[in-house]
Amino acid sequence: MPLSREEIAERLAEAGYIADDELATAIAIMQLLKRPLLLEGEAGVGKTEVAKALASACATSLIRLQCYEGLDQSAALYEWNYQRQLLAIQAHQGKDASQIEDYIFSEKYLLERPLLAAIRQDNPPVLLIDEVDRADEEFEAFLLEILSDFQVSIPELGTVRAVSIPHVVLTSNGTRELSDALRRRCLYHYVDYPDIERETRIIMARISGASATLSLQIARMVEKVRKEDLRKVPGVAETLDWAAALVGLDVSDLHDRPELVHETLMCLLKTHEDKTRMTREVTERLLGRVA
Amino acid sequence: MTDSASSAVVGPNDVPRLVSARIATFLKVLRDNAFAVGPSEGQDALTLVTSGYAARPSLLRSAFKHLFSANKADWEKFDRLFDAFWLRKHVRSRSVATGSVANSPSVQGLLSGSGKEQTSGSALMDEILTESGTDHEGAGEGRMEGASAAENLVETDFRKIADPAQMEEAHAVAAQLARAMLIRLTRRDLARRHGYTLHLRRTIHRNISHGGVPISLVKRQRKEKPLRLVVLLDASGSMSMYTGVFLRFIHGVLDTFRGAEAFLFHTRLAHISDAMRDKNPARALDRLSIMAQGAGGGTKIGESLETFNRWHVQRVLHSRSCVMIVSDGYETGDAALLGREMARLAKRCRRIVWLNPMMGWQGYMPEASGIKAALPHIDLLAPANTLRSLADLEPYLAKL
Repeated sequence: MPLSREEIAERLAEAGYIADDELATAIAIMQLLKRPLLLEGEAGVGKTEVAKALASACATSLIRLQCYEGLDQSAALYEWNYQRQLLAIQAHQGKDASQIEDYIFSEKYLLERPLLAAIRQDNPPVLLIDEVDRADEEFEAFLLEILSDFQVSIPELGTVRAVSIPHVVLTSNGTRELSDALRRRCLYHYVDYPDIERETRIIMARISGASATLSLQIARMVEKVRKEDLRKVPGVAETLDWAAALVGLDVSDLHDRPELVHETLMCLLKTHEDKTRMTREVTERLLGRVA
Repeated sequence: MTDSASSAVVGPNDVPRLVSARIATFLKVLRDNAFAVGPSEGQDALTLVTSGYAARPSLLRSAFKHLFSANKADWEKFDRLFDAFWLRKHVRSRSVATGSVANSPSVQGLLSGSGKEQTSGSALMDEILTESGTDHEGAGEGRMEGASAAENLVETDFRKIADPAQMEEAHAVAAQLARAMLIRLTRRDLARRHGYTLHLRRTIHRNISHGGVPISLVKRQRKEKPLRLVVLLDASGSMSMYTGVFLRFIHGVLDTFRGAEAFLFHTRLAHISDAMRDKNPARALDRLSIMAQGAGGGTKIGESLETFNRWHVQRVLHSRSCVMIVSDGYETGDAALLGREMARLAKRCRRIVWLNPMMGWQGYMPEASGIKAALPHIDLLAPANTLRSLADLEPYLAKL
């Protein structure tokens, strides 16, 4: 039963994720058309969080496949439990070879990896394929096959068909260009930095003890910082760190403690170059423009 | 293509044929604008329309946007196309911004500057075709004096090749050379192929017939990333005699090297890999000529590198990348900025090769302000005024 967009937005909010209308639409369509959703955007805008919130909104489990260079079938799909197989071979020595083979290549010795686990659940889980751009091109092609058929063939066992079709969310940071085929297969959503209003709501939802005025000030300040010429633009995660730090230090108004604001900016700035660029004067100038 | 799309779209009976036909036409418009959409997307679009997403235009736009976009460039231009087609706002027959090149801010700048003058797509095409007919590639070749024997082509400075046929030959050799370099690089990899750690999974699998006693071993080796070549080509006025040959070289490189990327810069930086790889030659020309506007003027190497460092490095470079800058080093911008940006670039890649066509000239000293500032960060400064000098680079690249 596909949920309506409003319900989705509401449930995501309950799970701690403040979605904009477009994202809610994307998720509604994704459930309607049963297509995977590809999320792209800068690091730290909360792409992974979408999947986590979606899992909790659908009251289902989250299965995560973190991609990295050299990720292969045995780490993503399934693997045989070799140690136990070896033991079994030793234990059954003297028996018929084909019998042993049947025995050691049975479900009992199969280790499920995320992709196989995701298609064998009764209740469709959320399958998060994180940072798919880090995996090799060969893996991407293989992924495409799984995502279109939702079946896996294991030579020793036969074909495993999907019990239920999982909700697939892929994220990409753009370190490598993804293939057109994979892009076509997916719905596409570009996750941008949230606007001030949404970021304020995110801070208030996530950081208990952050007042409405402080959250608004923080959101405005971060928006100004993002416009500076920085090497690493702070994402939502950094904003939340900073908000937590300020709340922890009992700051209730940014204008009261300008020196503390400058000192805690390390939550936002992650390189030496950015640090030196953000001098006390710059901080004060930005702070002056935050109403 | 339209036929297949429309026949696929006309499926469910309760939808008036009119809507399916409109969607099919819309798909055609999207395809003309370099969206990768096919019949299955059409089918899904219809499902969306029948499931109540057509209630409000903004809702339908948002839904279609997710379905039809495949990358950020698509994402950004979709709203405009949708409005033009469905809401009849400011209809333009053909959008200029095609492909993901529109991603880079520099290109966007170029596009916004040039897009307004065009009235129709076909007029634009004619203009480009005539332009390429004269000297799109071999810029300035007609003006050069002196001829040289064909067999000496390899040794001849590109400036001195006068005959268009010879120039064509030089272009072909440049493209070939790029391919030859790749073949030799891969062979070298093959020769070194013996593993150093045990591949447990394969070993056990192979030895099941021995009762699990590992008799024949399977080893594994870390997968070697192929060398990635990123070429930054200077297309300023002072380089005009060399630009043509290097464009052909880049074409060869992009054809053969997996994941190679090419950029062109003069006063701005433009990402040209996609345009040069475009399967539709007319569109490739279209895109290239738009990006080449401003070529033949001054050079702002520093600023172009800054753009490259800021917007492209993360995606384009990895640890086994070689950046090849082809430029004479005559900087009209700030030389100090160039030095700074070179330092940043040097941190992100394995090697920086600077090819300077002028180094082949007699009595040349690297004294241009640009090259002086860049010199400390360059791993190899080589002449590149003949094909021989390009070929000489190969052993160096193989060592990376």
